[in-house]
Amino acid sequence: MKRTITAITLAATAIFATVAIAAEPQELRQEAMKQVGGATGVLSKMAKGETPFDAAAAVAAFTTMNTVAKTYADLFPVGSETGFETEAKPEIWANMDDFKAKVAKFEADTAAAAAMTFADAGAVGAAFGTVAANCKACHEVYRVAK
Amino acid sequence: MAALPALWKWLAGAAGVAALCGVGFLLVIQPRGLTEERILGFPAGDAARGETVFWASGCASCHAAPGAKDDAKLLLAGGLELKTDFGTFVAPNISPSPRGIGGWGFRDFANAMLKGTSPEMAHYYPSFPYGSYARMTDQDIADLWEFMRALPQSDNVPPPNALNFPFSIRMGVGVWKALYLDTAPRVAVDTADAKLARGQYLVEGPGHCGECHTPRDAMGGFISGQWLAGGDNPDGEGRIPNITPGAKDVGAWSESEIVDYLATGFTPEFDSVGGSMVSVQQNMARLPKSDLEAIAAYLKAVPAVSQ
Repeated sequence: MKRTITAITLAATAIFATVAIAAEPQELRQEAMKQVGGATGVLSKMAKGETPFDAAAAVAAFTTMNTVAKTYADLFPVGSETGFETEAKPEIWANMDDFKAKVAKFEADTAAAAAMTFADAGAVGAAFGTVAANCKACHEVYRVAK
Repeated sequence: MAALPALWKWLAGAAGVAALCGVGFLLVIQPRGLTEERILGFPAGDAARGETVFWASGCASCHAAPGAKDDAKLLLAGGLELKTDFGTFVAPNISPSPRGIGGWGFRDFANAMLKGTSPEMAHYYPSFPYGSYARMTDQDIADLWEFMRALPQSDNVPPPNALNFPFSIRMGVGVWKALYLDTAPRVAVDTADAKLARGQYLVEGPGHCGECHTPRDAMGGFISGQWLAGGDNPDGEGRIPNITPGAKDVGAWSESEIVDYLATGFTPEFDSVGGSMVSVQQNMARLPKSDLEAIAAYLKAVPAVSQ
């Protein structure tokens, strides 16, 4: 238990150094996903040409995702299955190994993308496509319908 | 004493009426197929066009093996379980193998899609969304048949449905059909606008969006005035969202945002598609953009229902 709490604390610190007070895992997960959503917006708009190509911004966005991915699976301790409007399905805890494997793939894919040198928006789009497949793969089975 | 024969007469009459009603009721709830003339009137199908109809109709979302991706979605082996208030429905094998629909002729396929009736003249449960497919054009049915009969074969034999009484009585589906199976438009939109008409066709017909996005009554029929207003997830936790213009979230999306969502799986806030909608979105992403634009236009034209 103590280890879990340490992990959560570390995750919380890593994800938002700005949040001073301790938050519930459910809230930390939601905040983490909002960060990923923000990074997704940057990449999607760039890939579609709605915003100018910016290699550094693309790498930063993939890095944000990767930072979240590194500790995300730690935010699902036993006891955080319900409450705080969580959209996590109970299947996460029933299939924790598979859930962790999916998060690990997200981590690996975002690390690979963050290490790339992008020449144009098309290259960003291709890398984004690979990374974005992880969103659906996990949300398809582990997030409640909404 | 004179009253007695009158009473008997009345009883006999009442019994007769009851028997006639019973016969009438049985006739009403009888499984039906299309007439011979109707079958002969179908146009020739085209497999290439049928592929678009296949994705628009979402066949693979239930009939491919659970979790199938990409080309594996074309193997319609069945086996997906839909755990509903009526019991568990198991999607059958509809690949063109002897274990699936390999022995079917076009008549069997058209009867299934448009009448919800099997080759053995039994009712299908409306978990197979023929209540929507009944609105499909003859051309689309013919094209889809040509596409599906050429798909890979699976010898999988999924387990049977496990339904709760009284829904386990298949004949009861005849009551559902008598009450709810028709081809009338779900809502009135300006069908002089070709884009809206196409959107209405895709959403109300092959796309069968209302099957999950419209709340149902205890008999399994759509609740009047609630078209696409969302409801309990028929298959687990959570809510199926309201997608009318009155919806809290989706109602605020622009047409192009709806198109983007269907094409990419990302909401305007860059949340990703989830749950059973993942598979639906992946089907939609295979349609021409003009079809996604038609769907978006229609979703903006349906009556707003607020939650």
